[in-house]
Amino acid sequence: MIRLTNVHKEFENGTKALKGVSMQIDDGEFVFLVGPSGSGKSTIIRLITGELEATSGRLMVNGYNLSDISVQQIPLMRRTLGVVFQDFRLIEKKTVAENLEVAMRAAGATAREIGRRVPYILGLVGLEGKEHMLPTQLSGGEQQRVAIARALANNPSVIIADEPTGNLDPDRSLEIMSLLEKINDMGTTILVVTHERELVNRFGKRVVAIESGRLISDAAGGYYRNGR
Amino acid sequence: MEGNQALYHLREGFRSIFTHGLMSFASVCMIVACLLIMGSFSLVAVNANSMLTDLERDNEILAYVDDDFTDPESLQSRIEAIPNVTSATFISKAQAMAEFKSQQDDPSLFEDLPSNTLRDRYQIHIDDIEQMEETVKLIGNVSGIARVQAALEIADGFVMVRNVASAIAIILVVMLVVISVFIISNTIRLATFTRRDEIAIVKMCGATNWFIRWPFMIEGVILGLVGAVIAFFVQWGIYGLLGRAMANSGILSLIDTIPFTNMAGTVLLVFLAVGFVIGAGGSALAIRKFLKV
Repeated sequence: MIRLTNVHKEFENGTKALKGVSMQIDDGEFVFLVGPSGSGKSTIIRLITGELEATSGRLMVNGYNLSDISVQQIPLMRRTLGVVFQDFRLIEKKTVAENLEVAMRAAGATAREIGRRVPYILGLVGLEGKEHMLPTQLSGGEQQRVAIARALANNPSVIIADEPTGNLDPDRSLEIMSLLEKINDMGTTILVVTHERELVNRFGKRVVAIESGRLISDAAGGYYRNGR
Repeated sequence: MEGNQALYHLREGFRSIFTHGLMSFASVCMIVACLLIMGSFSLVAVNANSMLTDLERDNEILAYVDDDFTDPESLQSRIEAIPNVTSATFISKAQAMAEFKSQQDDPSLFEDLPSNTLRDRYQIHIDDIEQMEETVKLIGNVSGIARVQAALEIADGFVMVRNVASAIAIILVVMLVVISVFIISNTIRLATFTRRDEIAIVKMCGATNWFIRWPFMIEGVILGLVGAVIAFFVQWGIYGLLGRAMANSGILSLIDTIPFTNMAGTVLLVFLAVGFVIGAGGSALAIRKFLKV
C-alpha cells in the first residue's frame, strides 16, 4: 500500500514540485497517474522509490515510513517495488536473463532461486527463448517486456511504471498495458504514470490527475473522458 | 557475504575487466607508471642510504696511547667494551711509521726518523655515527689513552645528509602515493562514469551499497595487482640497464649499487601492497559519488 499525506517537495533551487499532495493506493489496485509535463508526476515516483526526500508530509510505502527511513532500510523497501522506465534502462552488455539475474542478486537471491524464477517470468511476459539475447537485439516492445520482467523478478507487491509506453507505437503500447493489467489481475498493485489519453480511457481504471504540484482529480473510469 | 554472493561478485569483477577492456588497460598503465616513479625514487633512496652507511663505516676514530703507558695492547678489550664500538685495531709505533712512509712520494727523506716518533694508536670503527661525540668522550676516559682524534664535523655532516635525504624520501613517497590514488581513482571514476546508469538500475532493484561496491573493488584490486607485477618486472629491467650503464661509465662506475636480486622480494611485496591499496582505495573513492541514488 502507498499513502501520501500532505506531501510537499521543494527543490534546492526553490521550485515547489509538490504542494500538499495526499493520496492512497491500496493493495491490488491499478492506478494511472496523469498530468502535463512538469506537473509533479515524476517527483511523486521518485519520492516513492526513495530517490528523493519529501520536504514535509508523510509517505508510507509497503509498511515503510519514508519520512523516517534509515539508509540501510531503503534497499529493503525498494525490493518491495518493481520500477519500469520509459527508456527501459536495461544493462546493454548483459543478456535478457542476466538483466533479471542482477535484479535478483541485488535482493539476495540464490543461484537456484534465480534458475527457477527467471524462465517463469520470461514466460509470463512472453519472452520465452530470448533469454540469451542482448537487449540491443530486441525490438522496443520486447525491451520493455524485459524491463517489466526485471521489475517482477523479486516478486514485488507494487510495480511503478513511469511512462512505460512513451517510446512505443500504439499497438506495442496496448500490448504493454495489457501485460500490466494481466500482472495486476495476479494481485500486484500497478501505478502507471502516463499522459496518453486514449490508453488511459481505454482501460477504464482509477485515474489520479495532478497539475502544478496539486492533486486535482481522483476518479475511476478515465479522467480525460470528462473533457480535460 | 555468502559464498554464493562472493562467487558472483568475483565473476562480475573479472568479467568487468574484459567488458571494459580499454579502461582496464588505461588503469593498469596508470598503476604501472605510478609504481615505477615511486619504485625508482625509492631504489635511488635505498642505494643512497647504503652508500652513506658505507661512508660512515669508513669514518674512523684514532685513539693515541699515552707514551708512559707500558702495556698499550691491553687497552683493546677495554675499548671494545665501550658501547657503539664495533672494532678496535691496535697499530704500533713501528706500523704507524711504516704506513706513514708508504704514503709519502719519497719515503727515503724520512729514513732517519726515529721509530718512536709516532705514538701507538687504535683505529676504531663505530656503529652509530650519531653517537660519535659521546663515544669519543668514553674512549678519551679510558686510562692510557692520551688523545682521541675524530672527524666530528664530517660525522655531523653525514647525519644531516642522511636525515634530510630520509625526510625528502618519506615526503616524496607519501606525496606520490596520494597522487597515485588520486590518478587511479580518476581513471576508475571515468570507467565508473560509463556504468552510472547500471549502478542506478541495480540500486533501484534494492541493491545495497556494498553489493555495488564489491565487483568494483575486486576489479580495482585485480588491476592493482596486475599493474604491480608488470611494474616489478619493468623496474627490474630499468634497474639492470641503469646499473650496467653506470658500471661502464667513468666516475659513476665508482658507485657500488645494490644488486636488484637482493631487494627483489621486498620490492615485489611493496609493489603488490601499494597496488592493492591504490586499486581498492581508488575504486572505493571513484564509486562513492555514484552510490548516492
